[in-house]
Amino acid sequence: MWDYVVDRRGQIAYQALQHVSLVVQCVLLGTVIAMAVAMAVYRSPRATALANGVSAVGLTIPAFALLGILLAPFGFGITPAVIAVTFYAALPVLRNAVVGLAGVDRSLVESARGMGMSRPATLLRVEIPLAWPVILAGVRTSTQMVMGIAAIAAYVLGPGLGGFIFTGLSRLGGANALNSALTGTIAVVLLALVLDLLLVLAGRLTTPRGIRV
Amino acid sequence: MSDSPTTSVGRRASGLPIRLEGVTKRYPGQDRPAVDAVSLEIPAGQTVMFVGPSGCGKTTLLKMLNRLIEPTGGKIFLGDEDVTSQDPDRLRRRIGYVIQAGGLFPHMTVAANVALVPRMLGWDKRRVADRTEELLDLVGLDPATYRDRYPRALSGGQQQRVGVARALAADPPVLLMDEPFGAVDPITRVRLQDELLRIQDELGKTIVCVTHDFDEAVKLGDRIVVFDVGARVVQYDTPEAILADPAEDYVADFVGAGATLKQLTLTRVEDVELRPVTTATVGADSAAVVAAARAAGDDFVVVLDGRGRPISWPTVAELSRTTTVPATVDQRLPVVGLRSTLNDALDTMLAASQGGVVVTGRRGGLSGVLTVESVMAAIQRTRAAVGG
Repeated sequence: MWDYVVDRRGQIAYQALQHVSLVVQCVLLGTVIAMAVAMAVYRSPRATALANGVSAVGLTIPAFALLGILLAPFGFGITPAVIAVTFYAALPVLRNAVVGLAGVDRSLVESARGMGMSRPATLLRVEIPLAWPVILAGVRTSTQMVMGIAAIAAYVLGPGLGGFIFTGLSRLGGANALNSALTGTIAVVLLALVLDLLLVLAGRLTTPRGIRV
Repeated sequence: MSDSPTTSVGRRASGLPIRLEGVTKRYPGQDRPAVDAVSLEIPAGQTVMFVGPSGCGKTTLLKMLNRLIEPTGGKIFLGDEDVTSQDPDRLRRRIGYVIQAGGLFPHMTVAANVALVPRMLGWDKRRVADRTEELLDLVGLDPATYRDRYPRALSGGQQQRVGVARALAADPPVLLMDEPFGAVDPITRVRLQDELLRIQDELGKTIVCVTHDFDEAVKLGDRIVVFDVGARVVQYDTPEAILADPAEDYVADFVGAGATLKQLTLTRVEDVELRPVTTATVGADSAAVVAAARAAGDDFVVVLDGRGRPISWPTVAELSRTTTVPATVDQRLPVVGLRSTLNDALDTMLAASQGGVVVTGRRGGLSGVLTVESVMAAIQRTRAAVGG
């Protein structure tokens, strides 16, 4: 297997980069969407319940099924892959952002409003910083999960390490088939660990010192 | 201000009067309004306490003053301006707001918390920094020590002090306080109340303060409003007048029985005779201090720090075992201010299991010692006066 990896190191590195690039961009996009939705719903109990329901049900949809459905309108390629990965990336962030924002002490919000902070300023300078550790935990969960889902996106010819896995599985028993599948899988796991480490570091750097544990 | 008007209580007033005309709050789906057509005049530079049972609408009324709750009817004037049609955010930057436990933002340093409103008003950095120092000093926190700390590193009492500093940051004419001292222990509460009285003596703001503690209202208020359900104003008068002549049985019940003991909350420490005491500064020669104390007939000595503030009160026996006066700070030293009530002084004595308290005046300097005997004598006198 070592020879297999050495022989294809250029291709593996390229696909790994593609994989990470897809995951990072989709997580960023998903986080932005999730934050926007969370900010819109967190002050209404009914909308919050609805958002939590959507994120719970959404996570139960099998990735394969979603990709299959997206094939119909978008065909093969990068578009269905990005949509599916972003969809899954947004859900954990949405749940955590709603919980985090709703968990901010109401008396602090009242204090902010009472001193003349506008509604957007209160959200930006008080509520989001205080909810940030919870939101970031959602981003971490989301990144881990989506690393695996991005591999499945190779099914619709999306970019990334999923190609190695699918090629290997479809030729199981043939030469290098197992090597191919294993290479893809191990690379995904390693990349996931590296990204998580980076997110932990980002968390240390972006969490205000007064609320760091 | 070029002309500084003085209030009826004789202090300089930098505050503005507040006038309420038929202020009403009606929540949808409730047949009785939470606040029913309240009209009140709050004079400039006075402290007015809102008291009443929980759910009577006093907090709702307070929050309508800075429009955290929008009134459904009536008008509110700050000075001569009708504020009911102003932009609420701009209005609130001119009104200090203090809530229970301070409401400090845990992700900002003490200095950043205090600087919030001046920054929103676009003050330059230098001015904001100077103002922050000045305010921390005013509320009795050393700026160098506390400026860069986060709220979680402060005690409850210190957090509340920062909360008051933050509310005063942009020098608002009006200060609203919602049960400000409800979340701290009794000893700290007494000290914070004393501090507030001292600050108010210096600044002369118009303060409106909600409390459920009638003793606190008597101690802090120039005037007290007693509310009943629907924020009906039952009585609006000075503490003395309310205690002496409750308007209705309802007020009498609320004020409570034991009117002679209630006088304890009306009598200030400064009104009774304080005992002078031998003092010593840190590092002085113990033998000389012991000799001076013996000559004066004192069995203890009050030790002062470099700024003249009391830090401990060793007995003469304890002191004679040392060569120089130690710099030890006694954390349990019972201290009350001149404007504390006799009630506070007694409480402090009981909590410290001591027969007396050290009394401090302006800027924490020593004024004397109040003994339990002089408190008892004061009680006897008021009883005799009431009985006769």
